[in-house]
Amino acid sequence: MKQLSPATRARYFRRQLVDRLMGGLCMLAAGIGLVLLGLILWMLFSNGLGGLKLSVFTNSMAQPGADGGLANAIVGSLIQVGLGAMIGAPLGMMVGVYLSEVGKESTFASVVRFVNDILLSAPSVLIGLFVYQIAVEPFGGFSGIAGSISLALIAMPIVARTTEDILRLVPQAYRDGAVALGSRENEVVRKVVLPAAFGGILTGVLLAVARIAGETAPLLFTSLGNTNWSTDMTQPMASLPIAIYRYAGSAYDEWVSLAWTGAMLITVGVLVLNILSRFSHAAVAGKTEG
Amino acid sequence: MAPMTQEAPKSTREPTRSNRGVPMGAPLVAQSSIAPAATRIALQDINAFYSEKQALFDVNLEIPDNAVTAFIGASGCGKSTLLRCLNRMNDTIPGARVEGRILMDGTDINSADIDPVQVRTRIGMVFQKPNPFPMSIYENIAYGPRTHKLVSSKADLDELVESSLRRAALWDEVKDRLGKPGLGLSGGQQQRLVIARALAVSPAVILMDEPCSALDPIATAHIEALIDQLRKHTCIVIVTHSMAQAARVSQITGFFHMGKLIESGPTDQIFTMPKVEQTQDYITGRFG
Repeated sequence: MKQLSPATRARYFRRQLVDRLMGGLCMLAAGIGLVLLGLILWMLFSNGLGGLKLSVFTNSMAQPGADGGLANAIVGSLIQVGLGAMIGAPLGMMVGVYLSEVGKESTFASVVRFVNDILLSAPSVLIGLFVYQIAVEPFGGFSGIAGSISLALIAMPIVARTTEDILRLVPQAYRDGAVALGSRENEVVRKVVLPAAFGGILTGVLLAVARIAGETAPLLFTSLGNTNWSTDMTQPMASLPIAIYRYAGSAYDEWVSLAWTGAMLITVGVLVLNILSRFSHAAVAGKTEG
Repeated sequence: MAPMTQEAPKSTREPTRSNRGVPMGAPLVAQSSIAPAATRIALQDINAFYSEKQALFDVNLEIPDNAVTAFIGASGCGKSTLLRCLNRMNDTIPGARVEGRILMDGTDINSADIDPVQVRTRIGMVFQKPNPFPMSIYENIAYGPRTHKLVSSKADLDELVESSLRRAALWDEVKDRLGKPGLGLSGGQQQRLVIARALAVSPAVILMDEPCSALDPIATAHIEALIDQLRKHTCIVIVTHSMAQAARVSQITGFFHMGKLIESGPTDQIFTMPKVEQTQDYITGRFG
């Protein structure tokens, strides 16, 4: 340090200062995010835990004072999210495989990619209105199926995008190796590329499920909600987000409390899905990379 | 199958001082004792293009069976392009185009009625960077035989996996962990694993694109000893940046410059009495 000229020393300290300042700002931003998340969770649990009792899971929604629960909404959500994921995830995966492995940089693939990105960022209420037009009005009524379709339409572009991104991370060397062994295109994708990307794709699907589990707007126009127990997919069907939407603004403390509990259940569910997705990625990566 | 020793001869990577161009102590028979075998692949007037850019100009060469043919030359000289023409890997690159005839056992591999997948089944390839699939050692070897339905029973597959690994001199090191990931092996072992993977479909030709450039000297010595074993039953074409390696492992050498095959012939002749001055300059390190 002794030999440094004053100008060099000044520059050195200035760089050190900027470095510390930027580091500090990053920490601050991360801190704000964490604190907000912590506040949300604290609010949810402090308001929601009080209403958590067995009847929430065993009883359907009911009039105030009738010991109503959320059983029909929980089951309705599980059915609609499950069916939505079962439709949307395979479609999205196929789109992703097409974009990454078949279409690549072709004009058609670029168009598909662009449209997929639009669908990805489309307001979910728009998806709801669209499905209302094609699956509610023509069939004369709101239904669980229509709800599932709208959730599938939201999940599909998410899965397509993550699938393409993950497949592009698969080293070209794997594809070259498989091609050089005399594999056909579909064999390269099925036997080498997809297994290599399995953990990442599963993560994408789980995150898409987490996303649609909390969607409210598309369900308002499609499955509407139902205060009674119903597993009939052709009839209006209850769901947690809509139950929260209707109860949170009601005049009855009992309903408001149930809304908090429902919100807490969704959040815990989404949290579990996110944790699972991390594990799935790590487990598959560990298995293949030794 | 000679057992592979862990200790490689130390001298194999040292620059040569002998006038033969072959380092002393290299585990090789004398070059001149190799009788030229039947031609396996004949290249006739090969021109290759990447879109508008021409990468190869009028290449004519005969590649013999049961021998190692080395392509040498500076980066960008077209030697890897030519290698990738031989198993039609260039088909997978958009805009790549090959003119001329590549006759393998008399059949033009580029003719319209030839399926490139069949070509690649008969011609194996080993890449610069070891590229085992992200699966177990066993599954890596079993990939080719399964894809081409070469075996009908699990017992036959087990046997084929073992014999392939033995031929690649890897069996003793991995026999107790066949279920472990191929990517868990060392770089040199991975390269022998992908050689075993290629051998499992019994290719007539094996192409190697700088197979040792990512390996340390000991692993390199292993691979070179293996190449010398394999050439007894196969035609091997190797692209290498190391002239010492070309001198050690090959019987035929072709020198490329700017997309042209400048000179080709028996390795000892190319390294001791090249006919073209450019070859002389490259080999003695005056350019490239």
